[in-house]
Amino acid sequence: MDYSVVQQCMHCGLCLPTCPTFVETGRERSSPRGRIALMRSIADGELPLSREFAEEMDYCVGCLACQTACPAGVQYVSLLEKGRAASENAGLLDTPMRRVYRWLGLRLLMTRPWLLRLVARGVAVQQIPWIRRTLYMIGAMRLAPKTLRDLEPSAPPIDAPFSDARIKTVETPPAEWWSGKPRARVAVLTGCVQDISFARVNRATVDVLLAAGCEVVTPRSQPCCGSLHAHNGDLDQAKEQARRTLDMFDWQGLRAGPLAFDSVDAVISNAGGCGSHLRHYADLLADDPNYATRAKAWDAKVRDVQEFVWQVVGGGQQAVGSEATPQSRLERVLTREPSALAAGGATKRVTYDASCHLCHGQKVVSQPIELLKRVPSYQFVPLAESDWCCGAAGVYTITQPEQAGKLLERKLGHVKAANPDVLATANPGCMHQLNLACRDDASLANVRVAHPMELLAEACRASDAS
Amino acid sequence: MIAASPATPANYNRADAALIDTLRGVVGADNVLTEAIDVAPYAFDGTAMLKQRPACVVFPTERSQVPAIVKAVTSAGVPLVTRGSGTGLSGGSVPLDGAVTLVMTQLDKVIEVDTANLTIRVEPGVITMKVDQEAAKHGLFYPPDPGSQKISTIGGNVAENSGGLRGLKYGVTRDYVMGLRVVLADGEEVWLGNQCVKDVAGYNLRDLFIGSEGTLGVVTEVLLKLLPRPQARRTMVATFATLESAAQAVSDIIARKIVPCTVEFLDQTTIRCVDDYANLGLPLDAAALLLLESDGHPAVVEEESAAMHQALIDNNATNVETAQTVEDAERLLTARRAAFSALARVSPTTILEDVTVPRSELAAVVKFIAGCAERHNVRIGVFGHMGDGNLHPTFLVDERNADEMHRFEAALEEIVDETLRRGGTITGEHGVGLAKKPFLRRQLGDGSFELLRKVKQALDPQWLLNPGKVFD
Ligand SMILES: Cc1cc2nc3c(=O)[nH]c(=O)nc-3n(C[C@H](O)[C@H](O)[C@H](O)COP(=O)(O)OP(=O)(O)OC[C@H]3O[C@@H](n4cnc5c(N)ncnc54)[C@H](O)[C@@H]3O)c2cc1C
Ligand code: SF4
Ligand code: SF4
Repeated sequence: MDYSVVQQCMHCGLCLPTCPTFVETGRERSSPRGRIALMRSIADGELPLSREFAEEMDYCVGCLACQTACPAGVQYVSLLEKGRAASENAGLLDTPMRRVYRWLGLRLLMTRPWLLRLVARGVAVQQIPWIRRTLYMIGAMRLAPKTLRDLEPSAPPIDAPFSDARIKTVETPPAEWWSGKPRARVAVLTGCVQDISFARVNRATVDVLLAAGCEVVTPRSQPCCGSLHAHNGDLDQAKEQARRTLDMFDWQGLRAGPLAFDSVDAVISNAGGCGSHLRHYADLLADDPNYATRAKAWDAKVRDVQEFVWQVVGGGQQAVGSEATPQSRLERVLTREPSALAAGGATKRVTYDASCHLCHGQKVVSQPIELLKRVPSYQFVPLAESDWCCGAAGVYTITQPEQAGKLLERKLGHVKAANPDVLATANPGCMHQLNLACRDDASLANVRVAHPMELLAEACRASDAS
Repeated sequence: MIAASPATPANYNRADAALIDTLRGVVGADNVLTEAIDVAPYAFDGTAMLKQRPACVVFPTERSQVPAIVKAVTSAGVPLVTRGSGTGLSGGSVPLDGAVTLVMTQLDKVIEVDTANLTIRVEPGVITMKVDQEAAKHGLFYPPDPGSQKISTIGGNVAENSGGLRGLKYGVTRDYVMGLRVVLADGEEVWLGNQCVKDVAGYNLRDLFIGSEGTLGVVTEVLLKLLPRPQARRTMVATFATLESAAQAVSDIIARKIVPCTVEFLDQTTIRCVDDYANLGLPLDAAALLLLESDGHPAVVEEESAAMHQALIDNNATNVETAQTVEDAERLLTARRAAFSALARVSPTTILEDVTVPRSELAAVVKFIAGCAERHNVRIGVFGHMGDGNLHPTFLVDERNADEMHRFEAALEEIVDETLRRGGTITGEHGVGLAKKPFLRRQLGDGSFELLRKVKQALDPQWLLNPGKVFD
């Protein structure tokens, strides 16, 4: 346990009302303040590292709402990761089955991009409706272990072709939209789940960055960034994934090469959860002499795509360096003023559900909203409790289905009240969770769940057509 | 003073299996916690360095369960510590070894809003802010807004007689409590007060329980007075190059017969920490900052804020800025509310004091504290309710550094002495609890100190309700 962080908590309790698990149980041990107190007691030798402690850490949604609420600046995420790692290392939640699944997931699948993609291709075939029906009909699905069978209906749909096939290593803004030197050179991270389930979001991200006048480089066959490992108590593997991610870039070599790290102005993530982790490589690799310096340089360049795009193009009128640089295609497409509530000509309602790790982890709060408010022909409607977890929270739907269900229900109530045509959110886990929910709820059946970048990219395309 | 955790004096019993069984019978097994992992997070409140696990934690879910709980615990000779949300800053709800902690947070119903008499009747576990939100639904207003209002309970507010950011104009919790239902040490339930604006029947026992820190009884219902909601408010921020000019500006505003609802003060250390938390773009080089708010009828607010503005300029404010939107104003107030916690960014241990002096003495005491910090080489951030003369000198120390802790104690002694010398009090709103206990006799003098003990003896002859708090 990280004592200096634990000690930073002065048990003022200001985080309690923002914590979903405390609000649910009303018990301090399920609150941020309580969990920190447990960690401190363990560090002080007043409490054993027990199975119950491990369960409590497992029950934590990991939404980091407590971090936003905390005036004392407690880095809860680091406590959570270390607390979970301590529990895992002590094998407190071990069962033979759990060990197999953790190994399969965290160690086998999520460390080998080629294997993940291979499996995804298999799943994609299984998900073709008539094949899936047939498999069920002939009873083939019964051959799968029960756990997998239970999960199958809620598996994320595979979105082939994957990113490498949709995005070239280097793409520059087409001459008809941008002349001269690109405004910036950015690297795009394609993710693991994002890559197999939402490759279209990655393509949209690149399209938007190009439309903003940036040159985009995309390393091939990217590894998982390790956030899944860190959040699930496998810090060793998380470090390894971080090193692999850094290794995608050329750190010493030719400045001219597309993947020379020095020549990249920003590293762009479009997944809230990954971005939140990607920005903290320096902490993770602090005691690795070969990578500590790189990790620091890395952290300084990682940006969420909404954050970056808003910074460079603003609302079309306040772009960084807009006097010197010409307007980009994106600046011309976005409306200057935010859409008024009943904007004339707006045909569709769009609302925004903040991904926890984007708003609480990365503190990117207003930029996605500012952008969405300026997508032509949409009317932006606010979503109540947008910064309250939807229950997706990584693998929380699998580890804590009951609490995840309650959070989802709360979220859907607000979504229904906002009554949107499009529900925008910027994290694959949230997109998937909300997609499933809308699929299963008749009153939400017509709601489309989309990443803000998809809407921006579509707006650009629409403006070309017209 | 602070280091020792409260232990059970020999004559108290520890909660045993029989008592725990009885309690389970009253509230159901799920609402009684005894495992170490469950009770450890109830070992402290918001006060630094105080920690003691209770033997058992009980959550009543109905008001009617409280008398039975109190009776069971006291007749077993076991100490009973009542707790709201545990945000207290004097160790009031820190348990004793072997004690039963009675947590009131599940008694959180708003019982009734009476728009004819402008009152609200609530259970003690209702969150302070919720009271005002309920009032707002009817165009009414509950003014006391302690910094902890998003999580503190109304029962805790009554027990500590909490103040808030609006104390100057609107007073403190006591000014709004019209009636209380209290369970006494023997489990008897009494109702004190009523809905009348005037009432002189018998001694005013209701007031005795306000600020009694859980040592005289358990509050199970509160009847609060509400006001019409002010139609307008305006928030402004002024910065100063010296502490004295800020203090002078406050005196001058009041001398000009303006009573703003809020006059809050932050020194440079606090400004920096608050800005770090809330990213407000505050001027980091200012020596002092005042946050002022005027509320009421729009025309009055207009006039009053103009006059305040003038007074600030006349007293050499380096900058005066008025919040343009409701959100801006709310952000400023929120950041001020979090000042204490934000100071915790700076050091491992954050010890908050609560000295209060007559307003005329403010400038001198602020200056004295700055000098004291320098003399003893300890860091002190100061903020507070300037309009009420209530200062929060906050020591930024490290409890593992024995030498620094000595210097802290020496500095605190001096500040307390100086406060008392100037006719002030050791605590303006946080209560005596454990933290301020060593200074109480010094402030009260022997006669009135003994009178307190007599009252306690009469109401709680076994000394089982939150024993060791306020005095021994
Ligand atoms: C960040 C922060 C800011 C704060 N700002 C302010 C401020 O501006 N002004 C201010 O006055 N205080 C402030 N406080 C202190 C604290 O919030 C108040 O004292 C508050 O009233 C405590 O409420 P609680 O519900 O947390 O009570 P607890 O801390 O749980 O208990 C406080 C005391 O009340 C007793 N008690 C609680 N409930 C009952 C009951 N139902 N019956 C009988 N006794 C009971 C307890 O035994 C204990 O002695 C602040 C605290 C924090 C952490
Ligand atoms: S808000 Fe921060 S300092 Fe306060 S209890 Fe929560 S984590 Fe601790
Ligand atoms: S991460 Fe979320 S669930 Fe976990 S303690 Fe913080 S607020 Fe609660």
